[in-house]
Amino acid sequence: MSGGFNLSPYFFNFNRDQSRLTMKIEFILNGEKVAIEAPEDAMLLWTLRERLNLTGTKYSCGISVCGACTVHLDGNAIRSCTTPVSAIVGREVTTIEGLSKNNEHPLQLAFQEEQVPQCGYCQSGQIMQAASLLKENPTPTDEQIIQYMDGNLCRCGTYTRILKAIKKVVREGQS
Amino acid sequence: MENSTKGISRRKFLATAGGATIMIGGFYLFPGCRQNVGKALDESEPIEKEVTVWVRLMSDGQVIIYTPAAEMGQGSMTSVPLILAEEMDADWSKVKILSSPVEAEIYGVGWYPGGAKNMTTAGSRTIRSYYQLMREAGGQIRRALLQHAAEKWEVDIQELTTQPGMVVHAASDRKMTFGEIADFGNFEKLPDMSEVVLKDRKDFRLIGKVMPRYDIPAKTDGSAIYGMDVQLPGMMYGFINRSPVHGAKPELTNEEEIMNMEGVKSIVKLDHGIGVVASSVEAGLKAKGKMQIKWSKALASSHNSDEDLSAYTPNGAQEENQEGNVESALKTSDKIHEAILTNKYVYHAQMEPLNAVVSVAPDKQSAELWIGSQAPDGAKAVVAETLGIDQKNVKANQLFLGGGFGRRSLSGYAAECAALAKSVDGPVKLIWTREDDVSYGAFRPQVKHFLKAGVDRNGRITAWEHTAVGPGGGLSSGGAGISHYDIPNIRFNRKDIDHGIRTKHWRAVGHGPNKYAVETFIDQLARNYNKDPFLYRREMMQGNERARKVLERAAEMSNWDPNPKDGKAMGMAFADRDAFSCGVAQISLDRASGVIRVHQYWCALDSGVVVQPDNAVAQVEGSVIMGISCALKEQIDFQGGQVAQSNYNQYPLLRMSEAPETIEVDFIDSDEAPDGLGEAGLPAVGGAIASAFAALTGKYLYDMPFTPERVLKVLKT
Repeated sequence: MSGGFNLSPYFFNFNRDQSRLTMKIEFILNGEKVAIEAPEDAMLLWTLRERLNLTGTKYSCGISVCGACTVHLDGNAIRSCTTPVSAIVGREVTTIEGLSKNNEHPLQLAFQEEQVPQCGYCQSGQIMQAASLLKENPTPTDEQIIQYMDGNLCRCGTYTRILKAIKKVVREGQS
Repeated sequence: MENSTKGISRRKFLATAGGATIMIGGFYLFPGCRQNVGKALDESEPIEKEVTVWVRLMSDGQVIIYTPAAEMGQGSMTSVPLILAEEMDADWSKVKILSSPVEAEIYGVGWYPGGAKNMTTAGSRTIRSYYQLMREAGGQIRRALLQHAAEKWEVDIQELTTQPGMVVHAASDRKMTFGEIADFGNFEKLPDMSEVVLKDRKDFRLIGKVMPRYDIPAKTDGSAIYGMDVQLPGMMYGFINRSPVHGAKPELTNEEEIMNMEGVKSIVKLDHGIGVVASSVEAGLKAKGKMQIKWSKALASSHNSDEDLSAYTPNGAQEENQEGNVESALKTSDKIHEAILTNKYVYHAQMEPLNAVVSVAPDKQSAELWIGSQAPDGAKAVVAETLGIDQKNVKANQLFLGGGFGRRSLSGYAAECAALAKSVDGPVKLIWTREDDVSYGAFRPQVKHFLKAGVDRNGRITAWEHTAVGPGGGLSSGGAGISHYDIPNIRFNRKDIDHGIRTKHWRAVGHGPNKYAVETFIDQLARNYNKDPFLYRREMMQGNERARKVLERAAEMSNWDPNPKDGKAMGMAFADRDAFSCGVAQISLDRASGVIRVHQYWCALDSGVVVQPDNAVAQVEGSVIMGISCALKEQIDFQGGQVAQSNYNQYPLLRMSEAPETIEVDFIDSDEAPDGLGEAGLPAVGGAIASAFAALTGKYLYDMPFTPERVLKVLKT
């Protein structure tokens, strides 16, 4: 399993669509400065996935109602499916691939220990959402966790385990 | 890649698989896996030996096991290899799991004796189908390893035992690792199955123990590769506008405009839609949005689901099954009770919309497919068919599935992708938008249930008749059976209505709707005669001890109380989707808003031997949550044959704030052969909630889902 951040093999050849109206976008991606060309109306989600080969961030609804595409923008959880690339210029984007070096963020470990993922498709978004919460508030109550996580859907029904895993991190952070 | 699969039978590969020349390659589910299977590249590389089609042994002790099943969240990627590793006595920490090649003749199983081999992962069949096969495959390899050690040490094989990853000769205190045996071993000829002794359950080291799932670490760092994640050099993007009304044929009226759009590579006219291939997602989506299409009329145009559902009658239904004589038993009964219940269409809503990648060779004579499919062999076949080439010239690569629930056993999306890829030079990734996935979904049918029970003076059911009316044919038949109850006269009738729409298996299939209807009615009968719904069911389960124990266990776990307490009430329902299961829901009701909240849920099951206990619990937790979602919220409507919903905002799923605070799951300890458990917990949920609602309000929820508007209406009656 490859953890951490790898440059796409197509990193310097991402601009498959030369003919379209594109803009140059510079931003910080998982701690590294990157510069890309993308259509100005391109969404961050597809740019991450199809131009930068960071496929851990998932497409599911495209309208900000499911949370599968959650990444951090300047440390806060956002939905990348409705965030145009023009909005990230000069800012810091963190994806699941950049959350930790070796799959070792306390939440990643807790999700493994509690055996949370089933199909796993929503889990990058769940973890990124939870990571943003714990950064904001390391000691949330159950109600605060649930409220914060409520925009992230999971069709496999792993909610009870997600909650357990987050509470475990909160508990261990306190001791 | 070459596949030589001719004439390999299950017996043969078990007996002599070393002789079969099957090249195993395939696209790996995890990046970074070794892809140069075959000979060691240099001396520092471990030697790799193919023992059978299922297992490769490395001289450094690693064991590669191929899994034939789709991994869509149900965990069989871990449990199938784990069964083999158990009998082989492999060291689980050294096991590496890879997806098997898509070769149904080798890796598939028939669903009934003599049935065609297939690789379809559906119907909670995987463990049932592969349990004995994997045990034998593992036992045979263990026997081969023992033979090799016996020959090497020149001792009687009877003096040898195995420990995880090694053969042990206790008399001389010697050990030989499987890696060492791989180094010198020759697996051309394997022991005959008559020599193979399988383990006793009490000696299991892996089966029945809490083992972490193999796929989970890759699902917490984004490295797991789903169909949607495939990236190939020069890849283009395909999108399709499909018939809004099933069966309508398209006519594109602005072809030139679309073709002239930036990034558009080709337009593909399909029977059911118009596809576009473009150089980027953005260009493809833009072209998709700009298409002007005239659609022909189709049968489905007249389907208005609500109106049609209310107009369904049982007249003319065909008898599918009868035990005893329902007609005469109804006549002699003390009283006849009747109820009519309905359930709406529901959508799979798997988190990963359908997608596939196909690359067609420049000469159009071969192709490669990357897909997350519940039926990769079927997907491979339709790609070949679409391209007009032989299946042996299609290589299929199975990837992780972002949910399946029955939707991904249809292969239409692979055929679509092949048609798009054929039109261009280079690979094409077909992406269904969420809106596509909803509006071109294939749904669990809506059903109207007409129930009739003849009851004696004590409230005991003597005759039972259930007539299910709606589209989808056999999809609505499963789960109508109630042979676990001691009811002497039972009849089930079906009336199939063709609305010209797509219907499909959905987790637990007919059991969901039928158990909801059956159990809600039984619950009502119990209450009509002032009986505790638990005791009422138990009285009727004297002839089926296995079922009765599950019922009793659920009552015990939940501390069953038929009386409401502090604004909360319990309800119970029983189901027999593969495993027996009994669910107890504890709910509260906001009478002002009509919102039902499930606070706690208990589920007892008997599914025989449980291979992976923690994963089994997770499957039941998940199916309970999916069941609550379905019972409280989910519905697809057709208006003029068009699906009224288009995304999660209009088709809401249960969210974390609506999930039960606790879900307790317990499996009855059993030596019986494993039965399916991935769907088993779901069908009781609707009935359990309706039962709790009745305990709380004295009223019945006859129409699922129990949305707040409907609940308010019921409260006013």
